[in-house]
Amino acid sequence: MRTELICLNCPLGCEIAVEHDDKTIVSVSGNHCKRGAAYAEQEVFNPERTVTTTVRAEGGTLELLPVKTSRPVPKAMTFKVVAAASAVTAKAPLKRGDVLLSDVAGTGADLVATRGLEV
Amino acid sequence: MTDGKFDVLIVGAGVAGAAVARRLSRYRLDVAVLEKEVDVSFGVSKANSGIVHAGFHDVPETLKGKLCQTGNRMFSQLHEELDFPFERHGELMVAFDEDELRTLQTYHRRGLQNHVPFMEMLGPDRVLELEPNLNPDIVGALHAPTAGVVCPYEYCFALIGNAVKNGVKLFTSQKVTWIGRTDDGFRVETEAGLKFKTRFVVNAAGLHADEIAKLVGLTDFKIIPRKGEEYLLDRRVGSLVRKVLFPVPTPSSKGMLVIPTVDGPVMVGPTAENIDRRDDFSTTREGLKQVFAHAQRMVPAIRSSDAITSFVGLRPVATGDDFIIGPTKVPGFINVAGIQSPGLTASPAIAELVKDILLKEGLRLEENPAYDPRARDKFVKIRGLVEVRDFAALGQVVAADPDYGKLVCRCENVTEAEIRAAVRAGHHTLDGVKFATRAGTGRCQGGFCGSRVMRIIHEETGIPIEQISKKGPGSEITPIPLLKGGRR
Amino acid sequence: MNRSVDVLIIGGGPAGLAAALALKEAGVENLLIAEREETAGGILIQCIHNGFGLQRFKEELTGPEYAERFLELARGKNIEIEPNACAIDIIDHGATKLVPLLSAARGLMLVEARAVVLAMGCRERNRGNINIPGSRPAGVMTAGAAQKMINLHGYMPGKEVVILGSGDIGLIMARRMTWEGAHVKAVIEAQPHPGGLNRNIVQCLKDFHIPLHLSHTITRINGNHRVESVDVAPLDAGQEPRPADGFNLTCDCLLLSVGLIPENELSLKAGVKLDRVTGGPLVDSSLMTSVPGVFACGNVLHVHDLADWVSEEADHCGAAVAAFLRDGPPRGKTIPVRAGNLVRYALPATVEVGKPARISLRSIAPAEQVTLQAVADTGAVLYSKKLRVVYPSVMQRVELENIPEGVASVELSFVKEDSK
Repeated sequence: MRTELICLNCPLGCEIAVEHDDKTIVSVSGNHCKRGAAYAEQEVFNPERTVTTTVRAEGGTLELLPVKTSRPVPKAMTFKVVAAASAVTAKAPLKRGDVLLSDVAGTGADLVATRGLEV
Repeated sequence: MTDGKFDVLIVGAGVAGAAVARRLSRYRLDVAVLEKEVDVSFGVSKANSGIVHAGFHDVPETLKGKLCQTGNRMFSQLHEELDFPFERHGELMVAFDEDELRTLQTYHRRGLQNHVPFMEMLGPDRVLELEPNLNPDIVGALHAPTAGVVCPYEYCFALIGNAVKNGVKLFTSQKVTWIGRTDDGFRVETEAGLKFKTRFVVNAAGLHADEIAKLVGLTDFKIIPRKGEEYLLDRRVGSLVRKVLFPVPTPSSKGMLVIPTVDGPVMVGPTAENIDRRDDFSTTREGLKQVFAHAQRMVPAIRSSDAITSFVGLRPVATGDDFIIGPTKVPGFINVAGIQSPGLTASPAIAELVKDILLKEGLRLEENPAYDPRARDKFVKIRGLVEVRDFAALGQVVAADPDYGKLVCRCENVTEAEIRAAVRAGHHTLDGVKFATRAGTGRCQGGFCGSRVMRIIHEETGIPIEQISKKGPGSEITPIPLLKGGRR
Repeated sequence: MNRSVDVLIIGGGPAGLAAALALKEAGVENLLIAEREETAGGILIQCIHNGFGLQRFKEELTGPEYAERFLELARGKNIEIEPNACAIDIIDHGATKLVPLLSAARGLMLVEARAVVLAMGCRERNRGNINIPGSRPAGVMTAGAAQKMINLHGYMPGKEVVILGSGDIGLIMARRMTWEGAHVKAVIEAQPHPGGLNRNIVQCLKDFHIPLHLSHTITRINGNHRVESVDVAPLDAGQEPRPADGFNLTCDCLLLSVGLIPENELSLKAGVKLDRVTGGPLVDSSLMTSVPGVFACGNVLHVHDLADWVSEEADHCGAAVAAFLRDGPPRGKTIPVRAGNLVRYALPATVEVGKPARISLRSIAPAEQVTLQAVADTGAVLYSKKLRVVYPSVMQRVELENIPEGVASVELSFVKEDSK
């Protein structure tokens, strides 16, 4: 069967057509680069998304600390990731990139700070 | 159990109620003002066009006609005492053909009957000299130099502020729901549960004056809301006109005008449409089209794309279309109802009249030796200094108070010091702060300063951010605090 | 308190920071960034989503990460940033400009600068600009204002949300609010095509099954104290609403994502001439405005899609300011750049003969199978590139190696394949 999708990797947003069955990709077309092909395969069988949200911050100059998953997580789990993040309190001092929660919601990805939190 | 015993209780803190309160504060009296909204002027008055009319529009035999011109004269002294934004540049009623010119002459005569001074009929050349942006097709105009423009809510704040300094008690968020008669006056109760005793009640309740009158069994007038839409133009358009421009009026309104507001931006409108509901504050496509068509007829450079915001006012028109000011069948209950245009202009004269009525009705007026006509909480506004580029003076203001160095509203140049002062003066909503400081009225319409103003209100009052509102309960800006269990 | 600098940069967002770095690179030491917030970084600080840095840093970064990278670079070069300092005027003194900065810490600072870089960014178009009829209740705000309240302060403006405008900010907020527990009922878009990037349509709307109503508008806002509902109507071919075919959506929050306006009130005070189409200053190829010594870059000049391109433009601007300080204004022959077929605007307004030029432009409407061309008045084709599709929401850039002698003007256009 044929699935049409839009690549999320970069702002070009190529419209990619994927021919596939239940388990294997037959062909991918419409992508401008290799990353697009890889994205298309992933998206058809195991769609993933990077989650960006905020966590409560304490002891520093910010009320909230912006965070992201260290890599894309299964699309179906994004709400669980946000829920897990809402239970986290980031304590100053922290650097951009510091891990706030390992294996967030069992996705295998970490929740990392995208901004430093100074005291 | 009572929350206060008073000589006079005024229902409504719009221009009428506020003017009466201030007038009575000159005497040794216990006066209370009950305002149902969360802040003064939040009923009808905040949406007023802000014009101090010369007084030639209204028929001399009416209260409107009698009080408008008197009120107009009294504005100079009031302004000198209370220092609210007010300027007298005059008004022009313009004519586009011979018929309209004849109508202008009717108004000229009427103005003379109303004792309006300094009026003159002008030919087109002279008019265009005075107002170069006017449509060159006009054939003449009636000029009344005594007309002016005022900021209606700052006027209210000034009146009430001075009244309070002189001993008047202000109660906001107090909607009167019950009035009972007693031997020596009235018991008044509010929705929030406050109970008052008073000898006299002054009904200045604007849109709801008939409902308040009904509480004491008076049903001889009704209030019919007459909606008016107005549109404010970007400051960048410039001042375009110096005088308030009127067309020849219609039976139901003075017409759609071009108004150089006292704060600077040009305003166009209002429409005039009788409506059924007292809570319909919606602008409409048709209203916009009408307003701009009329405005462009007078000043062709005006475009609807220059509008930065709009608002709606509901005029509280009473049965008979005139003011209803006077004692009633119920002793001690004084009506000040139907205060539509020229209510703001007439307000000082209305206050004077109400004082005389109360005196006649038996209220003893003993001068208060401590009365100070100028007493007010005032704060420096840097906007004017920025406009004229007086950086030396501005530097001094900032040096004296570093909170003047924190710009909050960058569109209108309002600083944290001014906002804190406004909050301390009792303005705890975004609209209240907006009216007292102009923060949020500019081209970005509060996009930049809104969250900052909320933080300052929170810091000054302790009100949690999620409870800070635009104009009272039910209008909270960001009612869901994510960090207080508001998260999923 | 007064200061004298070679360059004052007004705004410490991605444009201001990159311009400062470029200036330092070019050897200009005495420069100052005036930043009105506590921390520099501009709008990036509240853009906690990713999609930044792919070009600049070859990595996908969130807004705060992109900002922090630049702040670290700036710290490394000892770039001075005056925080909580708001420029309230620019006075042209000829060889220098006087800029009063309002600052609590310093009082009123009068900065005298040989050159000024305008990097103030843009503001959001609001309800008043587009005259949506109806009442004025709480719960109506621009998408960026909501983004700030949610991401920086942790407060949501509502739970049942309608979004007007399918630009990227609106789409991003649709996802953000959904993730924070709101129900985003619909996105309403006046154009027949979405305003934001395709990928945002997928990851912000399709992922959450949020309906997108193209060629629709909101004809009325209802509710006195708080929004209660909005009336939505389809638009006919003449962009007139057909209320009879419309519907009502109950909501307690209406977000507006209806466009960005370069914030140039300060520029006007300096006497800078603005381009009516972009809303930003008219500039030459060195990004200098009509006032010598006053330059502009970033969203204040024209609204960008990518922070990466803002930084590139600012690089170029910084280098040009350094050259100006060294050699004075460009002295070569300048010729006008014209917007031709299907081009909404092309920037800069003039280019220098005998020099390379970079021209940024946008199409006026979406188009498929077009050739983007830069053609001299002599007929010489200076640039030609086939494009599968162009959207007004995606900026194009044309790099010309050289404007040949003898050319009196250059026209940019999108030529449809079938019309050749």
